[in-house]
Amino acid sequence: MVILFAYFATVSIVAGVMTVAFRNPVHCGLALLTLLLHVAGFFVLLNAEFLFAVQIIVYAGAILVLYLFVLMLLNLKTEEQYLHRKYAFLLFVGVGILGELLILMLQSPYGGMKGKASPQVVLETGPSHAVGITMFSDYLLLFEIVGVFLLGAIIGAIVLAKTPAVAEGKTES
Amino acid sequence: MIPLSAYVAVSAILFMTGLIGVLIRRNFIIVLMCVEIMLNAANINLVAFSHYLESMAGQMAALFVIAIAAGEAAVGLAIIIVVFRGKIATNVDQINVLKW
Repeated sequence: MVILFAYFATVSIVAGVMTVAFRNPVHCGLALLTLLLHVAGFFVLLNAEFLFAVQIIVYAGAILVLYLFVLMLLNLKTEEQYLHRKYAFLLFVGVGILGELLILMLQSPYGGMKGKASPQVVLETGPSHAVGITMFSDYLLLFEIVGVFLLGAIIGAIVLAKTPAVAEGKTES
Repeated sequence: MIPLSAYVAVSAILFMTGLIGVLIRRNFIIVLMCVEIMLNAANINLVAFSHYLESMAGQMAALFVIAIAAGEAAVGLAIIIVVFRGKIATNVDQINVLKW
């Protein structure tokens, strides 16, 4: 358990740093893929098997392929100056905030009211069953709103990326 | 048993990596990828608290975060294609048509 956690933590942090540091955008995309797969490993350690499947299918399968597809489509040239001009200052500020965040988070005592979904209750019917029951009872309205949101996002993406030649042809004729 | 603070620490490190990436990279697509890193860090946090507090609410929130991330990626990449077609390049510094 601890060994698996150490492996997932190390690889995901290294992959995150590589995503930021690589010069070639395709290499950044592949490092991001490694990060997503290892974050899915965290979900298995935390008894969230349904989220593990969703992470692999939606993130690694759909979103990342979309990124790589656009990268191939645009045929980007690797640039000489790929970092911001003041990157040293920004890096310093970021690491400073990170140190303060870590100190604060590791000092604070975590606790709170326990919910109803203890591991025994969840394992009686399975994690996916528990997720489904919760999603279609307590979170039904949010689920419907997310559906409408995704429809709007699809329509917006199609309208934005439509070729303008078609519209010009219509106005001419 | 792994303590909750370990998950929170990993999540904080990943979040700050993504934030630094958004700040220092100049390529628009990489900036969007760094936003995905930040969303993943938030997801780890949500699922970890959901496990340790024995509640399903965190997993629900993580699912909705993934759905929002899908929409964000689609619209963001469509915007990139529009900007690239207008020959404005994909550098964040050079996209200043909307600057007042």
